[in-house]
Amino acid sequence: MDNVLSFVTFLPTVAAVVLALFLRGDDEVAQLNAKRLALFATVITFLISLFILAGFDPEDTGFQMVEEADWIMGLKYKMGVDGISVLFVMLTTALMPLTIWSAWNVKTRVKDYMIAFLLLETLMLGVFTALDLVLFYLFFEAGLIPMFLIIGIWGGVNRIYASFKFFLYTFLGSVLMLVAMIAMYIDAGTTDIVLLLQHEFASDTLSVLGFQVIGGMQTLAFLAFFASFAVKMPMWPVHTWLPDAHVQAPTAGSVVLAAILLKMGGYGFLRFSIPMFPVASHMLTDFVLWLSVIAIVYASLVALVQQDMKKLIAYSSVAHMGYVTAGIFAMNQQGVDGAIFQMISHGFVSGALFLCVGVFYDRMHTRDIDAFGGLWKNMPAYALVFMFFTMANVGLPGTSGFVGEFLTLVGIFQANTWVALVGATGVIFSAGYALWLYRRVVLGDLLKESLKTLKDMSPREKWIFAPLVAMTLLLGVYPSLVTDITGPSVEALIENYHAALPMMADAAAH
Amino acid sequence: MTSSDFSIVLPEVLLAIYGMAALLFAVYTGKDKLAGLITWVTAAVFVVIALLIGLGGEGTQTAFGGMFIDDAFSRFGKVGVLLAGAAILVMSYDFLDKRGFAKFEYPILVLFSTIGMMVMVSAGDLMALYLGLELMSLALYVIASFRRDNVKSTEAGLKYFVLGSLSSGLLLYGSSLIYGFSGTTSFEGIITVVQNDVPVGVLFGLVFVMTGLAFKVSAVPFHMWTPDVYEGAPTPTTAFFATAPKLAAMGLFARVLHDAFGGVVGDWQQILALIAVASMFLGAFAGIGQTNIKRLMAYSSISHMGFALMGLASGTALGVQSALVYMAIYVAMNIGTFAFIMTMERDGKPVTDISALNLYWRSSPMKALALLVLLFSLAGVPPMLGFFGKLFVLQAAWSAGLTYLAVFGVIASVIGAFYYLRIVYYMYFGAEQEPLDKIKAPVASALLLISALIMLVGIINMFGVDSMAAIAADALVK
Repeated sequence: MDNVLSFVTFLPTVAAVVLALFLRGDDEVAQLNAKRLALFATVITFLISLFILAGFDPEDTGFQMVEEADWIMGLKYKMGVDGISVLFVMLTTALMPLTIWSAWNVKTRVKDYMIAFLLLETLMLGVFTALDLVLFYLFFEAGLIPMFLIIGIWGGVNRIYASFKFFLYTFLGSVLMLVAMIAMYIDAGTTDIVLLLQHEFASDTLSVLGFQVIGGMQTLAFLAFFASFAVKMPMWPVHTWLPDAHVQAPTAGSVVLAAILLKMGGYGFLRFSIPMFPVASHMLTDFVLWLSVIAIVYASLVALVQQDMKKLIAYSSVAHMGYVTAGIFAMNQQGVDGAIFQMISHGFVSGALFLCVGVFYDRMHTRDIDAFGGLWKNMPAYALVFMFFTMANVGLPGTSGFVGEFLTLVGIFQANTWVALVGATGVIFSAGYALWLYRRVVLGDLLKESLKTLKDMSPREKWIFAPLVAMTLLLGVYPSLVTDITGPSVEALIENYHAALPMMADAAAH
Repeated sequence: MTSSDFSIVLPEVLLAIYGMAALLFAVYTGKDKLAGLITWVTAAVFVVIALLIGLGGEGTQTAFGGMFIDDAFSRFGKVGVLLAGAAILVMSYDFLDKRGFAKFEYPILVLFSTIGMMVMVSAGDLMALYLGLELMSLALYVIASFRRDNVKSTEAGLKYFVLGSLSSGLLLYGSSLIYGFSGTTSFEGIITVVQNDVPVGVLFGLVFVMTGLAFKVSAVPFHMWTPDVYEGAPTPTTAFFATAPKLAAMGLFARVLHDAFGGVVGDWQQILALIAVASMFLGAFAGIGQTNIKRLMAYSSISHMGFALMGLASGTALGVQSALVYMAIYVAMNIGTFAFIMTMERDGKPVTDISALNLYWRSSPMKALALLVLLFSLAGVPPMLGFFGKLFVLQAAWSAGLTYLAVFGVIASVIGAFYYLRIVYYMYFGAEQEPLDKIKAPVASALLLISALIMLVGIINMFGVDSMAAIAADALVK
C-alpha cells in the first residue's frame, strides 16, 4: 500500500460525501444508518491505520511512507510520518470511533453531525501527515470550519459566543503563521517540510521598525508560529477561548477538541518551531518555560473554583498542556519524550473525562457540580470508571498520566530547576481539584431526589470506556510502547537542535 | 482600417454587430417578449466569443498603430469578462422576468458594456482606455437605474453617474497632463519618455489616472458610491457590477501601470500599497455593521479589491499573475453568492436582510451548504479556493519586499472573516422564524452549486487558471 496515508486521511471524507449525497430523510432509520455508516467508516479507518503502525520502522528517523505529487503554484502534495507524528495519527484514528459511538444519543440533525465529525477526522489526520507547509496550513485551518459548526449548531446555550470566539481567536493566531510560511517559502524556495528542515534560516540581527530583533528572521518566524501554536495548545494567557468552547460544545465535540485538536499545537512546536528555528527556540526557551509553569499553576488554581464540570476539566487541560510545552522546550530526551507521551496520554484521559461528564449530562442535562452527590450508590460502575480517570488525571503511578508528568518534570528539572520546582506544585494542585471534584460528585450521601432514579452506565457506554481504560493502564505500566516509537526520532531532533546552535553562533561571530 | 487591424478587433466587432442586429430585431418584432430569447442568445454569443478568443488567440499583435493590443493578458481578461457576463445574464433572467423587468434592452446593454470592458483590457493608448471605460460606464449607468419606477434604483443610477463622471473627469485630466508632458498618448511612447526620470507633470497625471481607475475598482478612498449603488440597483445589476467590470478595471489598472509606467514601479508602488491597505481595512471594518446583504457584499468587494491591488502593488510579473488569479477566483465566488442573493425572497418579494436567513439550512440544506462554502471562501479560510487567491497575493507582496502589506492583509482578513461568519451564524445557528420562500430558480441554483464546487474542486489544480495567468502576466510585464 503505497498511498496508505492518503487513503487513511481521506477515507472519512469519502464516507462524509456518501452520507451527504445518498442518505435522505431525517427519520429514525435514516439517523441510525447515518450513525452506523459513520461508525463503520471510522472503524475501518482505524483498522487500516494499523497498517501504518505495523509498517513503521522506529529506527528510521526520517519520514516514512512518503507520498509526493505536484500541486498548484509550485506547492507539493506531500505526506509522510515519522516517529513524532505517527502516534498522533494513531491517536486520532483510535479515538474517532469512540467519539462517534458516544454521540449515539444525538437527536437533532444526526446526519450533518456525523458528516462534520468525519470531515474533522480527515482534517486532523491531514495535519499530522502533511509534509508541505501550505498543505499543513490548509488542514490546520480548515479544521476550524467543522468545529465552528459543531459548537454553533449542537452546542449549549451560549454557543454563539463560544463558536465565534473559538473561530476568530484561532484564526487570528494562525494568519501570522501564514505570513511566516510565505517568508520561509521565499527564503528557502520550497514548501517541502523535509527540505525546510535542512534549510538554515538566517539568524542575523534585523532591524524592524527601529527595533533590533536578535535572531532576526528566525525570531520573527518563531514568534509567528508561536502565536498560532500557543493559541491552539492553549498556553496562558491565550487560553481563554478553550473553557468557553469546551463548555458550549457537545460532548463529542469536547472530546475531539481536548483529545486531538489541542495536540496540534504541541505537534507544531516539534515539527516546525524547534527544528526550523533552533536559535530562536534557544533564545526564547526560558520565556516559554515560564509561560508553561504559569499555565500549570494558574489553570490549576482556577480549576479549583469551578462550578461547571466541563470548565474544570478544560482548565485542567490547560494545566496539563503546560507540562507539554515545558517538556518540549526542556529540549532533552526525557522532556520531549515525556511531552509526546503526555499528549497521547492526555488524549485518552481527557477524552474519557469529557465522556464521563457527557454521561451525566445525558441523564441530568446539567454539568453543575452542586447538582450531584452520592452517585456511587446507584451508579457503581460509573463511579469506578470516573475514579480511574480522575486518578489518571492526577497522575497516579500505574496510569499513563503519571508517566507523562514524571518524564516531563525530569526533563524540565535538567533544563531549569526553578521551573521544575514551580511546575511540580501543579501535581499537588491537580490532586486537589480532581479529588475534590470526585468527592463532591460521586461520594457522600445520596440526598437529592432527582438523582435517585439515575441508572448506571448502559452497555454501550461501558464499551466506550473499556478501550480507554485499557490504553491508560497499558501505557501506564508499559510506557515503552510509546517511547520506543518516539525515541529515535526525538533523539535525532535533539541532536540536530544542539548541532545547529554552535554552528549558528559561529556563523554569527564571523 | 487595414484588414489585419480588422482581424485583431474581430471579436469586438462581431459582438457589436450582433448587439445592433439584436437591438433592431427586437425593436421591430416582439420587443420585451423576446427578452428571454435575447438573454440566452447573448449569453451563448459571449461563450462562443470567449472560446474563440481563448482557444484561437496567439502571440502579441497590435492594431491601429498600437491603440489596441491583443496579447495573452488581454485575452485572459476578455475570456473572464465574457464568461462572467454570460453567467450573470442567464441567472438574472428569472429574477427580472418575475418582476416584470425582463426587457430586451437589458442583455443588450450588458453586451455593450462588455464590449467596453474588452476594449479596456486591450487598450494600448490613453484614448482607447478612455473609450473603453466610457463605453462600459455609460451602459452601467443605465442598468443601475433599470427599475426606473423605484426610488432607490434611480438614486443608485444617478449617484453612480455623477460620481462616475467625476472619476472620468479626473482620468481625462490626468491623461491630458500625461500627454502634455510626455508628448504622446500611446503607452509605448509614454514608457520610453518616463524610462528613468519622470517629469513632474506626468507624475501628477499618473496620480489622477490612478484615482480614476481606483473609482472604477471601488478602492478606498474612492469607494463611497459602492454600497449605495450595490444596494439600490436591482440585484442582477449588482451582480454584474461586482464581477465583470471589476475584473476589467483591474486589468486596465495593470495594463496602464505596466505598459506605460512599468519602468518607474517605485513611483506608483507606494500609492497602490496605501490604497490596498485602506481598502482591505475599510472593507473589513465597515462590513461588520451591515444588515443588508447587498451592502455587505459591497464592503466585501472593497476589501477584495484591496487584496487584488496588493498583488498589483508588487510591481512584478508574479504580482500581476497573483492579481489575475485573485480576480478570477473573486469573480467565480461572487457569481455564486449573487446567484444565491437573487433567490432570496419572502412572499414573492426579494429580501436582502441578512437576518432573513435565520436557520435557512433547515429548509434548503444543499443551498445553505453551497453558500457556506462560498462564504468561507470569501473569508479566505482554507481549504476553499479563496484562500489560495489570498496566499498568492501575499506571496507576491512579500517577495516584492512589501512585508508590511502582507501582515496588514492577513489581519484585515481576520476582521473581515467576522461578517462572513455572521451570515453562517444566521443560516445555521439563528432563531426560529418563517423560512424564505422556496422558489424555482434552476439557473441561479445551478450556478450557486457550480460556483461552490469550483471553490472546492479547484484546489486540485485551479483548472489551469494559474498557469494561464502566468502567461498573461508575462505578456504584460516585460
